[in-house]
Amino acid sequence: MKLTLHIWRQKDANDKGILETHIADDVSEDMSFLEMLDVLNEDLILQDKEPVTFDHDCREGICGTCSLTINGRPHGHEKATTTCQLHMRKFTDGEEIFIEPFRAKAFPVIKDLVVDRSPFERIMQAGGFISIHTGAAQDANALPISKINAELAMDAAACIGCGACVAACPNGAAMLFVSAKVSQFALLPQGQPERQKRALAMVNKMDAEGFGACTNHYECEASCPKEVSVRFIAKLNREFLGASLFEH
Amino acid sequence: MRLESGIPSGPLKDKWDKHRFEMKLINPANKRKYSIIVVGTGLAGGAAAASFAELGYNVKAFTYNDSPRRAHSISAQGGINSAKNYQNDGDSIWRLFYDTIKGGDFRSREANVYRLAQVSTNIIDQCVAQGVPFARDYGGLLANRSFGGAQVARTFYARGQTGQQLLLGAYSALSRMIGAGKVEMHNRKEMMDIVLIDGVARGIVTRDLTNGKIESFEADAICLATGGYGNVFFLSTNAQACNVTAAFRAYKKGALFANPCYTQIHPTCIPVSGDHQSKLTLMSESLRNDGRIWVPMKKGDNRPPNQIPENERDYFLERKYPSFGNLSPRDISSRSAQEVCDEGRGVSVTGYGVYLDFEDAIGRLGKETIEERYGNLFEMYERITGDDPYSTPMQIYPASHYTMGGLWVDYNLMSTIPGLHVLGEANFSDHGANRLGASALMQGLADGYFVIPYTIANYLAQGKLDKAGTDHPEFKKAEQEVKEKINKFLSINGKRTPTSFHRELGQLVWDNVGMGRNEAGLRKMLEKIPAIREEFWDNLKVTGRSEDMNMVIEKAGRVADFLEFAEIMAWDALEREESCGAHFREEHQTEDGEALRDDEKFSHVAAWEYKGVGNKPLRHREELEFENVKLAVRSYK
Repeated sequence: MKLTLHIWRQKDANDKGILETHIADDVSEDMSFLEMLDVLNEDLILQDKEPVTFDHDCREGICGTCSLTINGRPHGHEKATTTCQLHMRKFTDGEEIFIEPFRAKAFPVIKDLVVDRSPFERIMQAGGFISIHTGAAQDANALPISKINAELAMDAAACIGCGACVAACPNGAAMLFVSAKVSQFALLPQGQPERQKRALAMVNKMDAEGFGACTNHYECEASCPKEVSVRFIAKLNREFLGASLFEH
Repeated sequence: MRLESGIPSGPLKDKWDKHRFEMKLINPANKRKYSIIVVGTGLAGGAAAASFAELGYNVKAFTYNDSPRRAHSISAQGGINSAKNYQNDGDSIWRLFYDTIKGGDFRSREANVYRLAQVSTNIIDQCVAQGVPFARDYGGLLANRSFGGAQVARTFYARGQTGQQLLLGAYSALSRMIGAGKVEMHNRKEMMDIVLIDGVARGIVTRDLTNGKIESFEADAICLATGGYGNVFFLSTNAQACNVTAAFRAYKKGALFANPCYTQIHPTCIPVSGDHQSKLTLMSESLRNDGRIWVPMKKGDNRPPNQIPENERDYFLERKYPSFGNLSPRDISSRSAQEVCDEGRGVSVTGYGVYLDFEDAIGRLGKETIEERYGNLFEMYERITGDDPYSTPMQIYPASHYTMGGLWVDYNLMSTIPGLHVLGEANFSDHGANRLGASALMQGLADGYFVIPYTIANYLAQGKLDKAGTDHPEFKKAEQEVKEKINKFLSINGKRTPTSFHRELGQLVWDNVGMGRNEAGLRKMLEKIPAIREEFWDNLKVTGRSEDMNMVIEKAGRVADFLEFAEIMAWDALEREESCGAHFREEHQTEDGEALRDDEKFSHVAAWEYKGVGNKPLRHREELEFENVKLAVRSYK
């Protein structure tokens, strides 16, 4: 099939950026979206033009490196799918596609479609862990955990840290990301000793990094490739409130 | 050169304890005076960096990704083995040790593998304490499954995302230490070279992938945890950026590369669909529990699968290996699939695919049960291929998946360069000629959490090195070489992209050092590679600038190293004149087409020493001594 691609080009964080149009002839429906861009890039290199820079790595939907806003939606229109797992058979011949970076105040563009998601790193460093040093653990089965809580914790832990939730949110909020990590640990006995401290530290860091506030649009859940539920945001709110009230 | 493995004396069971007691320690108050560089922050590197920092060392960690959480360890699906024996089904440290030695076709060190089995139990404890949400039973205790043909259920798992959850555990431990200021984390920085001063590893040179800046970093010891070289095949299940560069730079500076021909080809991947293909996707091996593998009896039978009657189908694994059937080990299943495709009986657009059929299982167990067991995998398959596996058989084909070979290390995980340690898939140490399912995660974490934190102290305690400073001529020289190489890429201005060279090389490696190897093919490959390399340096096209985020430069650097590395794979495969594990030399097989080991001549590790580009490297041997297990023939008939 033949597609018209409007692709965001931006030299660096200071550049204004522009949409550049390319025609992709001969796109096979078996290609993934990123393979379609690979083919375009190979052509651009041979024409002595700079290829389109985009983030990607595992190409099996788990590492969270790939991003892209496709026709206005982070990771495109396919439900529960990362960009790397989106295939061209989901598009139609002759279609126009708009390809942009993840758009959020806290994620400045580095180049073209690549953004800086390091605020997520700093939120994790502020409290996204259980303080256990190597070697200090007791026997793994000494601590039974109800299957329900273990499964719920796993639902939260499925987050791949891609940042689509932030890009989809009209406020550029990182609540789904933060709530997933806070909930995972709050649901487990291992996470209890630092439960309050963690919720406060991660939320405070999130605010300091320039993410917006949550006003319940649920766009984050709709765009999440791992279908992390907004129920975790409700849980985060409870955790944060409780921690604020009892903060020493 | 004599390869000293440094395996402690005494009974197998006591070696690691005795060694831990005999190794030197560093006083807690003095640890902060030492710095350690960790390159790669996947399971092995992330675990090591966090553990070092907890002990008090100053750590500098590097990844080319934008976060340590992106490392390819994250893609592992199935699980992690541990000799916990929670299921009371007869597992033990000894059994896990024996299964791993046997699975590796008796080509690994007894002492290393025994230690791996010993610390496997600590790993599960550690991960649970970090909040890794492993699967549990209704009583709240940990669940296990049997995996990869093991006869005990010793595999711990977190849905189909075990690698992700274990990596996120290590990543959270690392994040904690970064936040505490004990780890200086460098994201988006790729190691370009390693710096030796007076023969000792003292630092690295990196390129900042966001702005092209070349920098040097110094430390008292270096750990490479940079993964495997499976992308030498171009198409593999590895992530796009996985490469051999860090290990290969070390090799060119004098570290020996061990057993490079041991590469694992995984039988259940989605076949190639066209020239645009950038990677191959693994479908969990668990599918073989219920799926039946077949091809048409007749060559070139183009009928849709549901129109091929039962008596015109060849269930080749069930036919050849009646007792293990569709669950035969990875190497055997992969080779059999290639055989039937080479005969012209393959399916899929390229003719290189076989059916994995669930019709019988759906008939026997009902669609609901199959959906419960494999629903997410079927969904993933449909997303990629557009076919619905409930109504038409899947198509699968083997693909490069894991590399058992790697930099040679001693019992302390140190390479032949003093101070340079190698962890995880990047070293060669524990899997012999074939790795068992759910053992890669185990080894990565064993090295990172429970081996290197002890053994590195022993190295550091030998005496504090004088600070050299990154202005030292050796650092400046290495920086200069890196810059010159990048400028060379940019100045060639030829007509072929780095990817086109990678694809050409990958096909050659796949055809000749893939599932079956023979002398003629290997010699042909050794003749062809220099020509491809010559064209690369003559006709390469790299666009853009070096002072910029430039993924074409990154790719060119990695392909340049693969172009040299592929030769040692071929030499290793050529000179190992036996078949063992994943290494199948067609000249060495039984009458039934099974692998034929030659224990008398090849019960050793082959470790290669660099002798210049294009020259044959020098082959060294480390004899493997088996004091505790009897060498046996693997049989799955």
